[in-house]
Parts: sequence; C-alpha cells; structure tokens
Amino acid sequence: MNKLVYLVPLFPLAGFLINGLLRKSLSKGIIGFIGSAAILASFVVSLVLFFQVKGSGAAIPVEPLFTFINADTFKIDFAFQVDQLSSLFLLIITGVGFLIHVYSAAYMHEEPEQHVGRYFAYLNLFVFSMLLLVMGANYVIMFIGWEGVGLCSYLLIGYWFKNNDYNYAAKKAFIMNRIGDLGFLLAVFWLLSKLGTVSFNEVFPQVSRLTPTDITGITVLLFVGAMGKSAQIPLYTWLPDAMAGPTPVSALIHAATMVTAGIYMVARSNALYSLSEVAQHLVAIVGIATALLSATIAIKQNDIKKVLAYSTVSQLGYMFLGLGVGAYTGAVFHVMTHAFFKALLFLGAGSVIHAMHHEQDIRNMGGLKKHLPATHWTFLLACIAISGIPPFSGFFSKDEILAAAYAHSPVYWVLGVIGAAMTAFYMFRLYATTFLGQFRGTHEQEHHLHESPKAMTIPLIILAVLSVIGGMVGVPEVLGGHHELHAFLAPVLTTETHHEISHSTEYALMGISVAVAAVAIFIAVSKYSKKPELGEPAGFGKVLADKWYIDELYNNIIVKPLGALAGVLKNVVEKSGIDGAVNGVGRFVKYSARQLRLLQSGQVGGYILFMVLSIVVLFLLFWNQAMITQFLNKIF
Amino acid sequence: MILVWMIVILLIGGLLCWLTARANEHAAKWVALVTMLIDAALICGVCFTQRVSSINTWIVDIKTQWIPAYGIGFHLAMDGLSMVMLLLTFFLGTLAVLCSWNEIKQRTGFYYFNLLCTLAGIAGVFVAMDLFLFYFFWEVMLVPMYFLIAIWGDTNRRYAAYKFFIFTQAGGLLMLIAILSLYFIHAAQSGVYSYDYFDLLNTTLQPSAARWIMMGFLVAFVIKLPMVPLHNWLPDAHSEAPTAGSLILAGLLLKTGAYGIMRFVLPLFPQAAEAIAWWAMLLAVIGIVYGAMLAFAQTDIKRLIAYTSVSHMGFVLLGIFSFNAVAMQGVVMQMITHGISTGALFVLAGMLKERLHTRDIESMGGLWSSLPAMGAVGMLFTMASLGLPMLGNFIAEFLVLMGAFTANVPLTVIATFGLVFSAIYSLRFVQKVFLGPSTFQKPLPDFSAREFVMMAALSIAIVWLGVYPQPVLDMVQHAVQAVVTK
Repeated sequence: MNKLVYLVPLFPLAGFLINGLLRKSLSKGIIGFIGSAAILASFVVSLVLFFQVKGSGAAIPVEPLFTFINADTFKIDFAFQVDQLSSLFLLIITGVGFLIHVYSAAYMHEEPEQHVGRYFAYLNLFVFSMLLLVMGANYVIMFIGWEGVGLCSYLLIGYWFKNNDYNYAAKKAFIMNRIGDLGFLLAVFWLLSKLGTVSFNEVFPQVSRLTPTDITGITVLLFVGAMGKSAQIPLYTWLPDAMAGPTPVSALIHAATMVTAGIYMVARSNALYSLSEVAQHLVAIVGIATALLSATIAIKQNDIKKVLAYSTVSQLGYMFLGLGVGAYTGAVFHVMTHAFFKALLFLGAGSVIHAMHHEQDIRNMGGLKKHLPATHWTFLLACIAISGIPPFSGFFSKDEILAAAYAHSPVYWVLGVIGAAMTAFYMFRLYATTFLGQFRGTHEQEHHLHESPKAMTIPLIILAVLSVIGGMVGVPEVLGGHHELHAFLAPVLTTETHHEISHSTEYALMGISVAVAAVAIFIAVSKYSKKPELGEPAGFGKVLADKWYIDELYNNIIVKPLGALAGVLKNVVEKSGIDGAVNGVGRFVKYSARQLRLLQSGQVGGYILFMVLSIVVLFLLFWNQAMITQFLNKIF
Repeated sequence: MILVWMIVILLIGGLLCWLTARANEHAAKWVALVTMLIDAALICGVCFTQRVSSINTWIVDIKTQWIPAYGIGFHLAMDGLSMVMLLLTFFLGTLAVLCSWNEIKQRTGFYYFNLLCTLAGIAGVFVAMDLFLFYFFWEVMLVPMYFLIAIWGDTNRRYAAYKFFIFTQAGGLLMLIAILSLYFIHAAQSGVYSYDYFDLLNTTLQPSAARWIMMGFLVAFVIKLPMVPLHNWLPDAHSEAPTAGSLILAGLLLKTGAYGIMRFVLPLFPQAAEAIAWWAMLLAVIGIVYGAMLAFAQTDIKRLIAYTSVSHMGFVLLGIFSFNAVAMQGVVMQMITHGISTGALFVLAGMLKERLHTRDIESMGGLWSSLPAMGAVGMLFTMASLGLPMLGNFIAEFLVLMGAFTANVPLTVIATFGLVFSAIYSLRFVQKVFLGPSTFQKPLPDFSAREFVMMAALSIAIVWLGVYPQPVLDMVQHAVQAVVTK
C-alpha cells in the first residue's frame, strides 16, 4: 500500500511538466483543468493516507525511493514519510490548494494562454515542492522542498514580469528567504557532523548524544530558517511586498501553506526544541514581537492585500508563540484554521479586486455588501473566525495558544490578548471600510460591479464552512470536547508541555479574550462603517502606515552599503588595484626595454667606455670579495 | 590504448578540419562534430563497460618509453576522476563545436583545428601520468586557446589573449621549474631519472624543499583555477573569447587547475599542503565573496558570468583544502556542474549576442516576452548557478560546505554567505536580461533546432546531476579516497 505515497507528489509534478512543456499548444480551459485535476488527485490520495494513519495510529512505512547522496561519512536517502503531522499537512496543502487552483482558473481567465500555462505550471510546481517539504523523511529532502517553494514563490510573485516593481518584490522575497535558508543549511551541517545522519527517525532518538550547545546551536539555526520562510522579525519584510503576485497565489503560498513551513519544521523538530530553553524563549519572544509589530502596521494599511499580509505575519507570530511555549498542537491547529480563514480572506479580496477592476485601495471601495453578496458573507465569517469569536474555528486554536502562553508566563498572555484585540480591530476596519457604508469608487467601476463566477464563489463557500466548523476538531476539555486533534498528533508531538491551569482560570482567560475582541469589533465597525479614514495618515498613524520605516532602515544599512561596496571593489580594487598592478608590470617591462635599447647605440666609443667601467667595477668587487660576503651575511 | 586513441583522434580530426576547409568552408564543422562524437562515444563506452572498484582504481593504464635517455615516459592512465573529467571534456567539446556552427565564418578550418587541439591538450592533461608529458599537454592546451581568443575574439581580443597567455605561461614556467626540481631530487635519492608520477610519489622531501616545489605547482594551478588575486586574466579572456572559447575556458580549462591540485599537489606534498591549508581556505572564501560582489557590479553579460566563475571556483579551492573525502567529492561535483551550468550560461550569452549584437545587460530586458523558451532555460541555469536544490550545483556546494564545516567552521559560515550573494547577482542577471518591460521591438527568433538540442542536453544533465548524483559520486569515490588518505 505504501506505493500510494509516491503518487501524492507525482501528480503535481506531472501537472507541472505537462503545463510547462505544452503550454503553447493547450487551451486555457485544458490547462486549468490539468492543473486542478493534478491537485485533486493528490488530495484524494492524501485522504486515503490520512485515514490509514488515523486508523492505524502509526506512520505509514515508506521505502526510500533511492540513495540521494552517499558520501564517505554519511548517507542521505531520497525518502518520504507519512505520519500524523505530515498527513495533516498533506490534507491542508492539497485540499486548500485544490480550491485555490479551481478559483485561479476563473481568476486568470483574462490572461493569454501561454501565460496561463506558465501560471499553472508554477502553481503545480509549488504544490510539488511543498509536498516534498512536508513528506521528506529527513532534513535534506525537507530542505529541497524548502528552497523549491521559495523558487515558486519568487516565480509567482514576479508572474507579471513586465513590471519591474513586481520583479523587485520577487527578488526581495527570494533573497530574504535565502538568508534564512543559510541558517537551515548550517544546522544540517551541524547535525551531520555530530550524528552523521539527518533522518528524522534517527536524529530524534539520538538527541541525548548531542551536547546542550549543539542542541541550542542547531535549533536556533533552524529557527533562522523559519524566520525567513515564515516571515518573522527580522526577516518579515518580504511577505507584504510579495502581494505583488496574483491574489490566488497570495492565498495559497503567502497565507495558507508556504509561510507555515517554519511552523511545520519546528513542530517536526519538537524533540530538539524542547531540550533547549534558549531556543524556546527565542521562538516565543520573536513570535509575540512579530505578532504585535505587524498588527500595529496592519491597522493603518489601506491596500486590501497589505492588511491581510500583515495579518498573516501577525498570525504566524502567534503560531511561533505557541511553539515557543511548548503548545505544538496548538500551533499546528492554528496553522490549519488559519489556512481556512486566511485563504478565504485572500480569495475574498481577490473577488473584490476582480469586481473592482484591479482596484486594491479600500478607500475607493465601500458598500460592496449589496453588490457582492457571496463574497461579503464569506468574508464576514472569515473576519469573525480570525478575531477569535466562539464557536468559529479561530477561537479554539488561538485560545489554545493563549492558554499555554498563560501557563508559561502571564506576560505572554497579556501581550497575546492585546494582539488579539488589534487583530479584531484591523480586520473589522477592513471589513467595514470595504463592505459597509457608501460606494466610493468611480461610476464606471460601480457600473461594472458584479459578483464573481461560480468557480470563484464555490471555493469561498467551502472555505467559509471550514472556517466556521474547522475548530471542532480541537474543542478543549474545559468546553466539554475531547480535542481529537491533540489525540491524533500525540504520537509525533511527544514533547508537548501540558499546562496545568484550573478550569475556572481557563474560563476567565477565554472570557477576557473574547470580550476584548468583541469590544474591538464593536469599535471598529461603529467607527469605520459611517466614516472611513479617507485621508493620508498623519502623526503616529503615518509611522504605522509607513511600517515603522523598517524597509528604509534595511535599505540604508544593508542594501545601499553592499551596492556601494560592490562598486568600490569593481572600480578601485579590481580596476585600479589588481588590473592596475598587472598592466603596470606590462608597462614597466615596455618602458625599461625602451630605456635599455638606448644602450645599444651602435657607437664604438660608448661600448668601450662601458667595457672599461665594467672591468673596473668587477675588479673592485673581486678585490673586496671577503668584505662583501661579510656584508651580505650580516643582512641575510 | 583507448586513451591514446582519444587524443590522436582529436589531433587527426583537427588536421582533417584544416585540410577539408580548403575544399569547402562548411565541411570543417562536420568533421569536427564527427570527431567529437566518436570521442564521446568512446568515453561513454568505457564508462559503461568498466567498473571502478577499490581494487581496480586505475581503469586504464598505458605506459611506454618516450625519451628513455631522460627518463621521460609516455604514461597515460585513467581512474574515476579522470574518467569523469573526460566525460565532461567530450560533452562540452561537442557542444563547443555546435555553438560555433554559425558564429564562426572566417578561417573555419584553422578555427576547428585549434578547437580540437585545445581539447586534445585538455584530455591529455586529465590522463597524463608522466610529469613531462603532463607539462607538454599543459602547453598544448594553452597555445591553440591563445589563437582562438586572439583571432576569433571580440574587439579587445588582443589584450585579452596576451593577458591570458602571459598569466598562464608564467604559472606554467614555475611549474616546469618545480617539475625539474622534483625530478632531480628524486634522481639524487633513488638514482633513477624518472618523470613518472608513480615514481615521484615516493620521493621524500625536506619540508623547505617540499614547500617551494609545491608552490611552483600550486601557483600554476591556482592561476588556472583561478584564485583571487590571480584571477585577473579570466574576465578579459572569457568576455573576449568566441562563445566556444568561453565555454571551454569556463567549463574545462579552469578545471585543469583544480584537477592539478588534486592529482599532484596533495599527493606529492601532503604535509606542505596541509601547512598552507588555512591560507588556501581563506583565499578561497575571499574569492567566493569577492567574485560574487564583482559579478553583481558588472554590466557586460559575459564578464558577469566570468566573475561568477571566480566565485564558484572558490568553493573548489575551499573543498580541496578541507582534506576530507566529502568535500573532495563535492569538488568533483562542482567541477562538473559548474562546467555545465556556466557553460550553458555562456552559450546563452552567445545566442543573445548573435541576436542582439550587444553584451550590455543594461540594454537588454524583457526578453522573456519574445524568447520564452530561452527565458525558461536561462532561468533554469541561473537557478543552477545560485545552487538551487534538485539541480547539480546544489549537491556540489552542499558537499563542499559540509566537508569544509568539519575542517573550519568560521570560514564555512562566511562561505555559506556566498549562497546569498550568488542569489543576489543571479537574480539581478535574470531580471536585467529576461524580465521587465521589453526593450526590443522587432521580433527575435527563439531557439533553432540546433540550439534547442544543445540546451536540452545541458538542461537534462544539470537536472539529472541534481536529482541522482550518486553514480558520479561512486565513480570518483576511490580516486578521491586515495587523494585524501595520502
């Protein structure tokens, strides 16, 4: 049965090859069909695998495909593994991925054939890489997927390659990810040099062979990788810029799947992280700091996708907070619910942008409620879900993280609740400005306003259902649930810390966070449905709208100096220095040859003079031979 | 005997090119192509029939007298390392002929004669096991290459050709002195005058003597490699040479330097080499970063690619002086994959120049719209060159860095940053050339059938090496072990 596992990545790979190579000869409809069908097939297989794992309660044994690298001291197999954690991620990736592919086929219908082919090829390649990432049975295969998704993200952000701003955004994403990847790579080297293996099955049972320094070093370096891929401080600034890509891409890559790779990796390595307090603190602190920082920025953004992008960064911060306090299930749970509601929000935004003819500024929207009913209702449900209002999915996952944070340190909890309040506030600011009030766009836009086609609204509806009920798999005991997800993941997340807080405290915590969110929603709706912010922000608001000037800072302390250094190396070191020295030698030879030539004047008198002089000099030298030798010996 | 045949076929083929071109200018390229294909077929045949094993490290070994009075022998031998390098030589050699197909219109006979002679010299270098013979082949590959640059090069070809020749020759002469010193010391010790590699391996040297003699070899090899700051000839030679010249320079000639260090410097002078290892690794890391920085600052497409070579060859030097089998296997991988990926980029640059008549990337841009297939291939090889997994270069850099990590952690960390820099210059390259608004209004032809075949072969090779590198690693494993255990 385990041969089935290979099919999961095989379908998207085949889709990539077909669409990539034959994109000129296929019609748009067929391209979209092939792309979506490949993911659907993967999804079906993933479902089968999921129930196998669930039924047996154990990982599916998979034979290594082949020996990837066998070099002297170590051997790395090209091997897959499907256990509880990866099977859950498989479902999220292929399930949400399929919906987004279907949506894309409609969303991209205005593009020329050849480019649609390119788009679906990239998208399939992305899913393939993402599947490698979560199915890899060792860190190297994971790294292959890890860099592969980075490539696809680059290609898709820069999909409209004629626009150089988009190209810069794509480049920025790739390079910042690359910086993180170095951390990952060094961690792999460290592991290999200490244990001689990177296979999960061999590394985790052997952690006792590692010293505390090793573990801290490895986990921190791995986390550097996660900072890049999952957009955490200080490597988060690429994600908001990545919104240059088509909106379904933002939904799939920059919300639901790729950016959660860091969480997957840390959860997968929980056996290591739990042994390093330093790393855990670092993860938690970076997580909560990112959550708060990006939430403040989201409050003042006016681009519908930018708000969602910063919201994603913020939610990822929550997941890392969960990982840092040892609530691995909570973090994975939040990955799942976030995939539902954030994909929904992005696709909803895409539907709005589609209807508004590529308008993305929410100040020019308003009153879309009646024009786009399906989009509006699903968007509203997603907003409620992300704000953490029960019994929507976001409530359960966020609550689990917050409860664990409280058990770890009440400070984390307080900060987390403040972040949750901001989340509710900016989401409903977005909702109210976009969908409530009066329409503020041009007449032409109003005339063309239309609900999106079925291929786009049906995925919205499915995701909305999941956003509402998705939390039911993780209802905590205190609310009378069994937390099936927890039980399901327990065999993989063995080092999870179980917080000991009383039921009454837990009720109180929940009550406070829900109340705070409800108040924030109320304020946002009442404030922005009537009088949305239309002007340019001033004062502190401008600082937030300009993202705390972090981009400018990076530009001035890293990008520009590096560029200048390259210029100096080229013009000064290379041209004047090395090249100058080389040409100088050449010139010197030429010059001295020209001078020496003068000696050969052809006049006998001159030659005789030289001869006499030379004889005298030689004579003197021989006369004082002893003295000269002595002198030479003295210096050398 | 097969090794002799390979070299002789190239030389005969070269002469035939010259002769047939007198009758018909177009005949020369066909003769050259057939010659290359025969050699490629021969090496593939050897590759499939012979198995390298720990007992049988040397697959082919042929030894006869040449000038017995001076102990000079005609000794050719091939182990896994040589075999892999020969495979690369004939693969890239075939492509070099193909990419000259329309580019070279003048004196085609003499052109292909030089091309094949250079390749004969390179093939000889990879199999010569007599130091005198080695030096002979070393010169054989140099002189025809000088002509290739000086006659068929671009506007500044004279300067580039001189520079290339003088640099290489200066190194070559130092190596000759070193070879002679080794020869006489060995003779003084054993009473036998011999240039044979396996005889000289048994020479015991005073540490100071070993140091100086090693430096003679090493300077010649690191100039070829090249190592910063002796890289200066490379950007000029690469950018001025005709496409095939750049392809052979980057793909093969640079590798003779790395091969020389692995084959001669480390086994002949193990202690002396170990003593300078730290410095060599330092210069390697400087080269990685420096080459990348300069690549970033270039506007000439071929100069840009040339500086990426400087950066990539830094990994080779780093791996060699890490003194372990893992890094060494990575070095061999890097030699092959760099040959393929950088070769492909040079071929692409040649195709672009044929179409646009410029090498300035500032005046390119948006070419993906008119040349989608070329854009896709360009993207593939850019990704290869920045070390993306699933493409060959990643395996190479992974192994080199892994090996270096066990030897020296701080330098490896800096070298790893080379991967970020390579992403920066590679993406800038792709963006300037293929992305952005289109600057060329008139329609440009995408790949012709010939160009398609070439790029397809290179693409398949680079993907295959990235996905399933093990056969190559197995092939060189024993050769590499022998170098390391010495």
